[in-house]
Amino acid sequence: MTQSPAERPWQDRLYETLRSNHIDLFVYVPDGGHKILINRSLEDASATSIPLTNEAEGVPMLAGYHLGGKRGALLMQSSGVGNCVNQFSLVQTGNFPFLTIVTMRGDFGEQNAWQIPMGQGVRPVMEAMGITCIEADRPDEIEVCASAAVNMAYRSRQGVGLLLSQKLIGAKAF
Amino acid sequence: MTTPTLDRKIAVPLLVPSPEDYLIVSGLAGAARDAGALTNEAANTYLLGGAMGGGLPMGLGLALAQPERRVLCVVGDGDLTMSMGALSTVGVSQPGNLAILCVDNGHYGETGYQVGHTSMGVDLETIARGSGIQTTHTVLSEDDIAKAARALKESNGPVFVWLRVSTEEPPAYKRNFDAVERKNIFRRALLSDDELSL
Repeated sequence: MTQSPAERPWQDRLYETLRSNHIDLFVYVPDGGHKILINRSLEDASATSIPLTNEAEGVPMLAGYHLGGKRGALLMQSSGVGNCVNQFSLVQTGNFPFLTIVTMRGDFGEQNAWQIPMGQGVRPVMEAMGITCIEADRPDEIEVCASAAVNMAYRSRQGVGLLLSQKLIGAKAF
Repeated sequence: MTTPTLDRKIAVPLLVPSPEDYLIVSGLAGAARDAGALTNEAANTYLLGGAMGGGLPMGLGLALAQPERRVLCVVGDGDLTMSMGALSTVGVSQPGNLAILCVDNGHYGETGYQVGHTSMGVDLETIARGSGIQTTHTVLSEDDIAKAARALKESNGPVFVWLRVSTEEPPAYKRNFDAVERKNIFRRALLSDDELSL
């Protein structure tokens, strides 16, 4: 039986929305919440998928990719936002489009206290650096949130973070 | 350890005798003045003025977007040691069109010439090789220049040239700090209307 669009996993629908919006470079530091997205990008012969040692590399990498006329996205966990902060200067100073998909820890139902400080810091830190945050809480809003994020980033030349909340992903059990 | 004696104002133009053949990205500070003076900030040149550590990953992103063009990334030693992991990311992605030129004066020249790691034994060529960049050259004297210049221009895989220079000042080039204007100039010269609208 064919699944209706809404029944397919939101992670697959997210990947397909990004690809249909011309995103063809995925740079990432792995996170459990990004597993499907990372695997889809690695299997996709018409996309490039590159692991980073540190999320901070992703910000200038995507700016360089835009200089060359193409669209990419940085996949990271909320803790990675902290590693990027000074590199966000480049986004703001150069009006570079920047899109990051952030899987949240340290928010709804977090059981590991170590994740709380940076998880709670994501939005204020990103907003302090001029990056707009769009939060997705439910599987049925994933396409509309992803399209909004891509358009704000690449049409309005803004830094945008699409935050995938723990309501959406589920809190990791300890 | 040998104290480097090369003057960067002489060595960089010898290593890149035809800068118009490259798309050029530089990191901040002295490296931006090296690259800016090299092309007089022509449309093929984009210089960072901050975001320290961003020079190499920005060059990598450009190389991935423009596989048919040769990309030269000019970075200082302080910029590179701040994002050493980016050498590994170059190593795993193996862009055949990326030429990295590290202009290493062993000091933080912009902030008062404090001694940097490469003056205290850190060997960037070994690190680049260990990161998976197979073509590497160290340039310590004029005799090393011709071979390294050829590798920058012609190497099939990513190439890393470690240019060790004296503490002579970089060129007194007054660069443009308007990052939006420079971005638009760079993209308009390089891209088609369809690519510009992406």
